[in-house]
Amino acid sequence: MSSSTVLSVKNLAIAYKVRGGEIEAVQNVSFELKEGESFGLVGESGCGKSTVAWSLVNFLGRNGYVKRGSIMFQGEELTGRSPEELRQMRGNRITMVFQDPMQALNPSMRLGDQLTEVLTVHQSMSEEAARKRTLEMLERVHMPDPASVMRRYPHQISGGQQQRVVIAMALLNNPALLIMDEPTTALDVTVEAAVLDLIAELRETFNTAILFISHNLGVVARVCNHVGVMYAGEMVEQATVREIFKNPRHPYTQGLIRCVPRLGADKASSMLYPIRGRVPPPNQRSSGCVFGPRCDYAQDRCVAERPALHTLSADYSSSSAPHSVACHFAEDIVFADWQPPADMELPVQKNGAFTSGQEPIILDVDALKKYYDVQGNSFLDLFGLGEKRQVKAVDGISFSVPRGMTLGIVGESGCGKSTLVKTIIGLESATAGQADFMGFDITKDLNDRDAELMEELQMVFQNPDSTMNPSYTVGQQIGRPLLRFGKIPKEQVRAEVVKLLHSVRLGENYYDRLPRQLSGGEKQRVGIARALATRPDLVLCDEPVSALDVSVQAAVLNLLLEVQQEYNSTLLFIAHDLSVVRFFSDYIAVMYLGEIVEIGPAAAIYAPPYHPYTEALLSAVPIPDPDAEQKHIRLSGSVPSAINPPSGCHFHTRCPRRHLLPDGGKICAEQEPPWQQVTEGHRIYCHIPVEQLAEFEPVITTAVATIHSLGG
Amino acid sequence: MAVAEQTTSVAAVGSTSAWRRYGQNALIILDSRVGTIGLAIVLFWFFLALLSMVWTPYPPNASQFEQNLWPNATNWLGTDHLGRDLLSRLMTGAQVILIKTRLPGGIAIPGGVAIWGVFGSLVLGVAMGLTAGYYGGWTDQIIMQILDALIAFPRIILYLVVIAALGQGDWVVIIAITVTGAPGVARLARSLALDIKNRDYVLAAQTRGESAFYIMFREILPNARGPLLVDAMLRIGYAIFAIATLGFLGIGLPPPDPDWGNMVNEARSYIFNNPYAVLWPSLAIATLVIGLNLFADGLNEETSRYQR
Repeated sequence: MSSSTVLSVKNLAIAYKVRGGEIEAVQNVSFELKEGESFGLVGESGCGKSTVAWSLVNFLGRNGYVKRGSIMFQGEELTGRSPEELRQMRGNRITMVFQDPMQALNPSMRLGDQLTEVLTVHQSMSEEAARKRTLEMLERVHMPDPASVMRRYPHQISGGQQQRVVIAMALLNNPALLIMDEPTTALDVTVEAAVLDLIAELRETFNTAILFISHNLGVVARVCNHVGVMYAGEMVEQATVREIFKNPRHPYTQGLIRCVPRLGADKASSMLYPIRGRVPPPNQRSSGCVFGPRCDYAQDRCVAERPALHTLSADYSSSSAPHSVACHFAEDIVFADWQPPADMELPVQKNGAFTSGQEPIILDVDALKKYYDVQGNSFLDLFGLGEKRQVKAVDGISFSVPRGMTLGIVGESGCGKSTLVKTIIGLESATAGQADFMGFDITKDLNDRDAELMEELQMVFQNPDSTMNPSYTVGQQIGRPLLRFGKIPKEQVRAEVVKLLHSVRLGENYYDRLPRQLSGGEKQRVGIARALATRPDLVLCDEPVSALDVSVQAAVLNLLLEVQQEYNSTLLFIAHDLSVVRFFSDYIAVMYLGEIVEIGPAAAIYAPPYHPYTEALLSAVPIPDPDAEQKHIRLSGSVPSAINPPSGCHFHTRCPRRHLLPDGGKICAEQEPPWQQVTEGHRIYCHIPVEQLAEFEPVITTAVATIHSLGG
Repeated sequence: MAVAEQTTSVAAVGSTSAWRRYGQNALIILDSRVGTIGLAIVLFWFFLALLSMVWTPYPPNASQFEQNLWPNATNWLGTDHLGRDLLSRLMTGAQVILIKTRLPGGIAIPGGVAIWGVFGSLVLGVAMGLTAGYYGGWTDQIIMQILDALIAFPRIILYLVVIAALGQGDWVVIIAITVTGAPGVARLARSLALDIKNRDYVLAAQTRGESAFYIMFREILPNARGPLLVDAMLRIGYAIFAIATLGFLGIGLPPPDPDWGNMVNEARSYIFNNPYAVLWPSLAIATLVIGLNLFADGLNEETSRYQR
């Protein structure tokens, strides 16, 4: 073993003892990690990525243990030792960063105390020296005003800053290995981009080995130089990051790459190809190739014999670094030659997706506002005498949607997307403004709405685990809206429900199942069927796929496309993933702090002229292509409070383009920007003249080209 | 408790499988050792109570033996100060707690005083708690303030007030238990409703314009039944305690049937001659309450694990 190897894992198998036996959650995992290298573990949820990480820090819980294999850390074997020995050996040489920074920080301790404690306790450093080092470290993670951050409590800084503090804390002991488990998944896309920049920078300056776990291929492409793809507890492919994306050899890796939409791809010119089936639970894995049951290339040998991870010969690998694959036919499978199998369910592509102006307007919203009263906490507020304060969640929004079209709404969290949808569906009543839906006034809440209107407005929810009532069967839940609105006679309800089940690609045998017997994707399908039961004209989708795994996400998106065509419904589609929104929508509205800053046809939004905020969002999207060239625009700070939004243009406090205007953009802080018409239906809410906005370079240069080369 | 009743012809097909499901769910209690022990103790008392309906060693109210006998071959547990067989009285005493309630006019209905009392507090408490939690705002304020005021009184005073107002009788004890138990149930039901009312399936029900009644009792209640059931089991234990306390004070269940609390009270004067007459009914109260607590613990453990 070379001296620079930090971590070497060989044939690792991890098992959990459960009621009535044990489950091998992870099998046959091997990888090496050198100093200054970052190794990405990718795969869907339930594939054992986190289990591998936890085994390294002996954090498997009471019932988990390393069953086979070896973990060598800096030349020392970690398996088969007692917890106390492990603690001493590892000391602080391995640290871990988790998904949720709020859970890693003690909410009742000042950040400075938490950080210095790491040094005073573990390295017996003096208080003063520790403070000095902590300050330096906070500066290195680009924390603005570190001295004041030291005095604050965790809830007083933003999520992105919290994650910076956690990373700083992890680096204080100068660890040899840093494990990051989905460190940016809980963050907004703009904040995520900045944290990823930081991780990439630290990798180079600190010489720390990083094990980076993520389900997001784009994130991995940005920070890792080696990638291991895990599936159902096994390592199925391992190579350099370029090699994985340019020359994927395992059918699972190929499937993963095919099922995420590229930024810039749309539904008219490209297609998402889901991987059929779902990740099997550990006790139901096939004895042959674990991916066999879902593989398009599976043959008899794949069922009979489990393939081992083998290194490809140089002929099949495009780079000099080793590329290993666990597939019997890795050498024969060519990524570019893949054709969708005949039985794959794909939506028929709509020709001329864009029939602008032809269709009648179905939803017309004008200057819609939704303010929430906030309870103050001063003494006067106790008696209702304090100053009235309001959260301006939706602050004057206007748009219209033609029948049969999809309007996508994007923006960071806290910009009012969900409130807008809740107001339209009637869970909240509007504070001011007009909203007209097929002749109905929809500014009132549900108590003041007719059944006729409710029937035509339905919603698909985000969280598959709470979208269905756990106490009722699938059939009862889809049938309920039919009974409630009396659409059809009682004795025909079952037949209608079965029909709906078929249209979301579920069989009649799902009728009597309970939600807990379904997977996340299946629950989401039932949620869609329930929303469609009354044949609504407008369906609101609030992040319908963001809680799903990518392969399932592709299938659900395809399904939504298909039912939209079948039922000719109009969709309002909220998502935080800009690639998904671009793929799925005909029109897109970009929201910032309760206002729409840009709205127009999807293609127009993703090319100049951009609103500066749109530009920043686009340049933050992680692209699953290590060669894609993306402009580097990072927003400073976080979204300001909606109680007191900045004057003038809400975005002026963070706008990277403000300096283009005279006096450093004085006008932005003083006056509300005008709506500038770019083309028919494409409007930008900005002081900078359209001509100047149009001169900006496109944010991404190669991503679109890649799609075509893939035969999109 | 209101479980998902099948009303439509469509759903009727699913009802057999639904019942089988409840059966299977009931069996999970056997996975917990604590729960199984609790269940065994509770079933033991149920069995004795049922048995006493048809057979007791001797008539429970007949003074046919010597007074204050210690346990012997004839009277296995001894006799009391009036020469009545303690075992027979103990068995009969379980009846009124667990399996029958005597109503005015000489009618008896199945289900003991403790069970009806807890059922009453469940119905009342769930209705108030769900309303408070689901509507929120002023409704919540008013309901909860009233309940809090009720909680502020010592229980024993509430019992005395109810009994002083309504006189003696099984149904009065039931009302006393209902009134004192409802605030606790309401608090639990309210907190569950607060949690569940923000789930997406409740929002979905709202967007199809379901009535508040439907949402509270059909969408929220079925998903709150686990914690409520566990709580009810504990409450039966408390209710037995309350009955015993009232019996000890001499204002509980009316004679002639033996009552455990009253047995302790009567035997207490002779405790130095015959400690067994105090010991057996005390032990009976303690074991039944402990059994119910263990059962509730086991149920709680297994239902929460099952959901995971």
